[in-house]
Amino acid sequence: MPNLLARLKGLPHEAGLGLLTLLLLALVTIAFPRFVVIDNLKSLVDDTALLIMLAVGEMFVLLTRSVDLSVAANAALTGMVVALFNAGHPGAGIVPVLVIAIVMGAALGLINGLLVWKVRIPSIVVTLGTLSVFRGCVYVVSGGAWVNSGQMSPLFLGFVRLPVLGISVLSWIGVIVAVLAYLFLKYTVSGRNLYAAGNNPNAAAYAGIDVGRMQCLAFVLSGAIAGLAGYLWVARFAVAYTDVASGFELQVIAACVIGGVSITGGVGGVLGVVLGGLFLGIIKNALPVVGISPFFQMAVSGLVITIAVILNAGTYRKSHGRKILERAEAAP
Amino acid sequence: MSIISSPPVAARPAVRTPFTWRRLLRWEVLLGLVVLGDFLLNCRLSQYFLDPWTLSDASFNFTERAIIALPMALLIIAGEIDISVGSTMAMASVLMGMVAQAGLGTPFVIVTGLVVGLIAGCFNGVLVCFFRVPSIVATIGTLSLFRGIAYALIGDGVLKAYKPDFAYFGQGYVWGPVSFELVLFVVLAVLFAIVLHMTVIGRRIYAIGANPIAARLSGIRVDSYKFWIFALLGMTAGLGSVLLTSRLGSTRPSIATGWELEVITMVILGGISIDGGQGSILGVVLSALLIGCVTFGLSLLNVPGIVLAIVTGCLLIGVVAISSMVGYSGRRRRG
Repeated sequence: MPNLLARLKGLPHEAGLGLLTLLLLALVTIAFPRFVVIDNLKSLVDDTALLIMLAVGEMFVLLTRSVDLSVAANAALTGMVVALFNAGHPGAGIVPVLVIAIVMGAALGLINGLLVWKVRIPSIVVTLGTLSVFRGCVYVVSGGAWVNSGQMSPLFLGFVRLPVLGISVLSWIGVIVAVLAYLFLKYTVSGRNLYAAGNNPNAAAYAGIDVGRMQCLAFVLSGAIAGLAGYLWVARFAVAYTDVASGFELQVIAACVIGGVSITGGVGGVLGVVLGGLFLGIIKNALPVVGISPFFQMAVSGLVITIAVILNAGTYRKSHGRKILERAEAAP
Repeated sequence: MSIISSPPVAARPAVRTPFTWRRLLRWEVLLGLVVLGDFLLNCRLSQYFLDPWTLSDASFNFTERAIIALPMALLIIAGEIDISVGSTMAMASVLMGMVAQAGLGTPFVIVTGLVVGLIAGCFNGVLVCFFRVPSIVATIGTLSLFRGIAYALIGDGVLKAYKPDFAYFGQGYVWGPVSFELVLFVVLAVLFAIVLHMTVIGRRIYAIGANPIAARLSGIRVDSYKFWIFALLGMTAGLGSVLLTSRLGSTRPSIATGWELEVITMVILGGISIDGGQGSILGVVLSALLIGCVTFGLSLLNVPGIVLAIVTGCLLIGVVAISSMVGYSGRRRRG
């Protein structure tokens, strides 16, 4: 439907999706006024901020024609490490926690990036592997034990909940990440190069852009965001264990796809991803309010994702698969 | 004069066929050596490993995944991917459980499993071939959809009203320690190898994966092939669901969670290029053996399952990295 609307009125994809999201919100609100209670909206924004952050990171990778399946595992591992660090040094304050989360996430992303760039393994293979490895490492560093809220310092837990201008720090971090990503993609050379590298790698290579380096950069950014999200996730839910955010990577990719990011690279923007995340977040948070049993929720959100994906399919029709000469041309 | 006496164009050696063969050979040999090495290592590390019944038990570790890996290999060779197989299995298993609970006999249960799988596969095929959704995106959607249907149907319940004779498929033995699952896997592997490597259909699947546009222009019905491979994969996932459900003797909606990634790992480790157009069934069989050997050997040493995930992940990246670095150039992805 977003696409249909967009084509009818000549509006960009984002406008259609924005309208659809508002429509969804309005429908739920009319049927269940309780949904727009302040507390519920706050929790919706908090939940969605995590999804949006990870989706923005994933978008960088998708733009360069790669895919990162390891974001959720990265968040779980980083979240566990900062939780253990906090349990060991409860007095260290919040800054080291944030620094460790971002640096470690970026380092894990760098592993992915280097394997894609230097060893030239397809990204889906690399991240399929690191997905298992990171997840396994969570178990190894924690010994399979949970880190509970009792072991976390009040500052570690309280920081994300701190209300600033009505919404929590967690939500603000989501907003800041989205704004920074927008500025980065719009106004920096590296940001523009990410699009170029994914849109037409051969042309980009001839224009002097190192496509592999751009892919690596995208993975590092995605990793850094995943690491930060890992801390936020653990602090928000006040528990760290091996299966944190298990399977979340697929929702993250779904948010990107609904937001109009092309899986074949070069197409997409922050605004779309934010709307895609909100769209999924509203559905996820509305279903319990509407009174749908938790066991039906997965089916409904699966159905919505499938439908959204079919409707978005028009986005891909323009880029019809591989070009005949692409392989022969591929620059070194 | 000098032009005529210079070496003719034909002097350029026709490297194509022998080169591909050598490359193929090297990949399977590499895998075979790793399997052999791990087998010997396991024998040394655990005195219980080299026993027909132990090895038979070990085979249960991988046969179900390996059976699904065969059509998955075809699909990836054809340039598509399906990450909904685990969810398809769950949906098939739940519906089989409901059929069994309704008091119908084992044949009905099995047909249900296969048909549900087939429908799920056709659905994916329609999304990809008719609606032109990229396969990874389409199957991310159906991954949640199929699993969601499984949860919607039975919630957190368990279904276990299976008749006793249903247990044969996952627990039965054909001869001595040779299990039904193992025989089925070997038969299917031979069948798939024949179709892929010795028939026109197989050659066309390679052609489609290597260059779908050229394949279409040379008269191959690309969409039709892709659709039927999706359907076949779905039905095989249904078959895998029959085997797994029979082995476990019960159905939960969380059955086979994460199997899609394990199956794809098996296929890629087997030397199938994720870009399509390359690989062999022998490689997939060897990689199934390798994963089976490694995980079983480690679990004999009491290594917990989640740590096995690290080993599998490193194995995948390591083997692919080695092949990439020794110039297995087919693995290079789009510049």
